[in-house]
Amino acid sequence: MKPFKNVTSIVTPLDKVNVDTDQIVPKQFLKLVQKSGFGKFLFFNWRYDENENKKSDFVLNDSKYDGSKILVTGDNFGCGSSREHAVWALQDYGFSVIIAPSFADIFFSNCFKNGILPISLDDKTVESIQNETEPIQIDLENQIIKTPSQEISFEIDSHKKKILLEGLDDIAQTFQYEDKISEFEKESKTPSVL
Amino acid sequence: MGKTLFEKIWESHIVVEKQNEPSLIYIDRHLVHEVTSPQAFDGLRVNNRKVRRPDLTIATMDHNVPTNDRSLPILDQTSAVQIQTLEKNCKDFGIKLFDINSPNQGIVHVIGPQLGITLPGYTIVCGDSHTSTHGAFGALALGIGTSDVEHVLASQTMWLEKPKPFEIRVEGKRANPHAVTAKDIVLSIIKNIGTGGGTGTVIEYRGEGIEDLSMEQRMTICNMSIEAGARAGLIAPDEKTFDYLRGREYTPKNYDSLVESWRENLKTDRDAKFEKQFTLHIDDIAPQVSWGTNPGMTCDVTESIPSPDDFSKGDTNQKKGAEKALDYMDLKPGTAIEDIKIDRVFIGSCTNARLEDLIEASKIIKGQKISPVVRAMVVPGSQMVKRQAEEMGLNKIFINANFEWREAGCSMCLGMNPDILSPGERCASTSNRNFEGRQGTGGRTHLVSPVMAAAAAIHGHFVDVRKLDLN
Repeated sequence: MKPFKNVTSIVTPLDKVNVDTDQIVPKQFLKLVQKSGFGKFLFFNWRYDENENKKSDFVLNDSKYDGSKILVTGDNFGCGSSREHAVWALQDYGFSVIIAPSFADIFFSNCFKNGILPISLDDKTVESIQNETEPIQIDLENQIIKTPSQEISFEIDSHKKKILLEGLDDIAQTFQYEDKISEFEKESKTPSVL
Repeated sequence: MGKTLFEKIWESHIVVEKQNEPSLIYIDRHLVHEVTSPQAFDGLRVNNRKVRRPDLTIATMDHNVPTNDRSLPILDQTSAVQIQTLEKNCKDFGIKLFDINSPNQGIVHVIGPQLGITLPGYTIVCGDSHTSTHGAFGALALGIGTSDVEHVLASQTMWLEKPKPFEIRVEGKRANPHAVTAKDIVLSIIKNIGTGGGTGTVIEYRGEGIEDLSMEQRMTICNMSIEAGARAGLIAPDEKTFDYLRGREYTPKNYDSLVESWRENLKTDRDAKFEKQFTLHIDDIAPQVSWGTNPGMTCDVTESIPSPDDFSKGDTNQKKGAEKALDYMDLKPGTAIEDIKIDRVFIGSCTNARLEDLIEASKIIKGQKISPVVRAMVVPGSQMVKRQAEEMGLNKIFINANFEWREAGCSMCLGMNPDILSPGERCASTSNRNFEGRQGTGGRTHLVSPVMAAAAAIHGHFVDVRKLDLN
């Protein structure tokens, strides 16, 4: 995983609550066996009509948001299916920060495995960021969002912050505890399935 | 201070614990399917890693598989590739696979308990959010993403922040338990606490209304914990749990000694403290029907579609959500639920495709024909459920009523295989999600119990099954 760098970008406002992962990437695209190339499927049914023409009323199809790296959205973002394809699609499309009042648990956890920073803030603050038309800066090291008019601090636990900033490989980290895992296995003796 | 059941399971699985950081938790059972695993196995290959405990890992194919004749080739090439990829991965890494032709094939959350692979007090993970189903056996069962699938394959552990314990008490007795089912209980809970009501928690379902349920009904409840946003849901094991698992194909040999220890330990202490609490009284609850595009948008069958104002109780975002949902569902506030006409009926999914579900639905269907304007299908949750149902003659009841009788799989719950709704079609479905396009682009889903779905198939619209003779 690549280390997370500070991000400066305009925000894409997605003014919806309870956006589920079926909307983020519909099921017909889950049949692929690789991780790459999911960006073109992001919000597919909202972006395209039945003939796969772009729907003019969907925010991602508005050229003024081209190149945006920050998605700002409503409560309970990423609810439903555990599909990590949702995160791969957001990342491949170009988003590296998602700001919302709250996130669903599995989605939230999946973000950190793929270098995406989810930030949760209170409703009013999210709304004010959503209305921001100038580029804003996300400084993870200092946990600050800088907009032309304000500086907003955000919370993130130190472990997750480290994972993003250093781009750590989770599994390699865990292998450092090999002796603890083996010890646990000796004591617990979970009966095998076979 | 005492501990909750969840805390006891958690503490007995900690491999590494650190202050204010996630803990490394040992995983006793890892269930794998074709959709969320290929990238995980690829990751292992790239890094030259092995599966640490193939003996604690099992796989099946369920999401993608066609539910028609299994002797025919799979026409969708991308589905076929995904299925072949799972076969190859299981072979290369030494994992036991119940493949498409196995008598044990089925939806992963149906076969785990049925085969005795799911056990009380265990930690169970699967790259699927409905893993919460296994919590019905007093297991801590978590849905995970593909990165965690890879992590568990490699290390048999995962890093997890400790969720908070949430007590949901279900009190009272249903006047007609054949008409008001476990599905109606869990939809009522989600309607009340909302789709984010359980975020960051593990729910423990307790109370008379839970103890009265069979194991299959408890699975329906725990299955939908994720629709309330919970990390997991569980129910303390009791004699019903121990009896259900005894003598199954993969139940451990020392089962009776395990039961003794479970009986002793797997319960919440009297003085344990939950961080959140909700109580549902079920004496008077009605069959539930979802009207919107998330499972919280649900009402009684006797009610009418609410106005977005009434539904949102002053929350602007919820109001916008409800307006959008009604637009998508092509429904107007004030329409009586019983006046909603349907085109399709789906009895299936990890929520409601077990033997009891099919038995209950068949009582409604017996000797009747479905409405000529409805297309209806039954997709048993596993090949074992299918065989058991056929031994009882249930297939004939459904087929005589003009239902399609299919092979096992996830099918139209998420429409990854050819079983999908056409745009605009309206479906009474026993599945778990009514999200936009979930069952097919432009399709409209109403979540209901198996008996409600069966009655809707006969009448062509929703009916209150309490009015029917179900005995």
